[in-house]
Amino acid sequence: MAHVGLTHFLILSAILFSLGIYAIVVRKNAIMVMMGIELVLNSANINFIAFAHFGNYGISGQIVSLVVIILAAAEAAVALAIVLNLFKTYSHINVDEVNKLKE
Amino acid sequence: MELYDIIFYLIALTVVVSAAIVVGSKNIVRAAYSLLFTFLGVAGIYILLGADFIGVTQLMVYVGGILILLLFGIMLTNKVYSVDIRRENSYIIPSIVIVGIFAAFLIFVMTETNWVTADPTFPNTTVFELGKTLLVHYSIIFEILAIVLLIALIGAATLARNDNKER
Repeated sequence: MAHVGLTHFLILSAILFSLGIYAIVVRKNAIMVMMGIELVLNSANINFIAFAHFGNYGISGQIVSLVVIILAAAEAAVALAIVLNLFKTYSHINVDEVNKLKE
Repeated sequence: MELYDIIFYLIALTVVVSAAIVVGSKNIVRAAYSLLFTFLGVAGIYILLGADFIGVTQLMVYVGGILILLLFGIMLTNKVYSVDIRRENSYIIPSIVIVGIFAAFLIFVMTETNWVTADPTFPNTTVFELGKTLLVHYSIIFEILAIVLLIALIGAATLARNDNKER
């Protein structure tokens, strides 16, 4: 096996991204869809930091990944509130059966 | 094979296997706990890439915050004791085929492109540089992020409030 370089990290993040997309597409439960979104955001972060490390572009890539982490926290809070409201309205959270904005 | 390579392959194996369990598990609580190992592994990857502060932030925010939020979401929306949690998947075979083609395409692009790389450096700590850059060059973004986080959390609390009771 070759010495670990940029390509290894990129392949790892590609695999993680594909798994996240698979979870978003296949799962019915809204919480599982959120887990897929978190996987996708993590893979994007790995790409940013890998390019910042191996491209010698300074520290800006790490700052972008910090921004992504903060936005992911905000997104998770809002999505959880929406899921709780869905559960109050429908008493289930299957995303493919939720088709009305209000009762 | 150096120690760095061995550690990378161990962490990569952990990340991929636990992410596969997250994606494929029928039990939603098991998927959430498997997500814990994915986040820990990704934090290890960040530290391998010389980004120590981002790794610690990943631990604090993802493992300490988002994962707990997800677990609360699971426990508030599913009756954990009842067997009939509707969590079955749909269109598994076509999704696997399409996502597999997509992953093969991504990996092909990642391996065949000639990336311009330089010799990586491992600074002792990135905290000083990170703080300086964040407050000198990216100060507007820093402030906007603070306001966005505040608004999002207030909005989440307002959305999740129980309106049935008297105010």
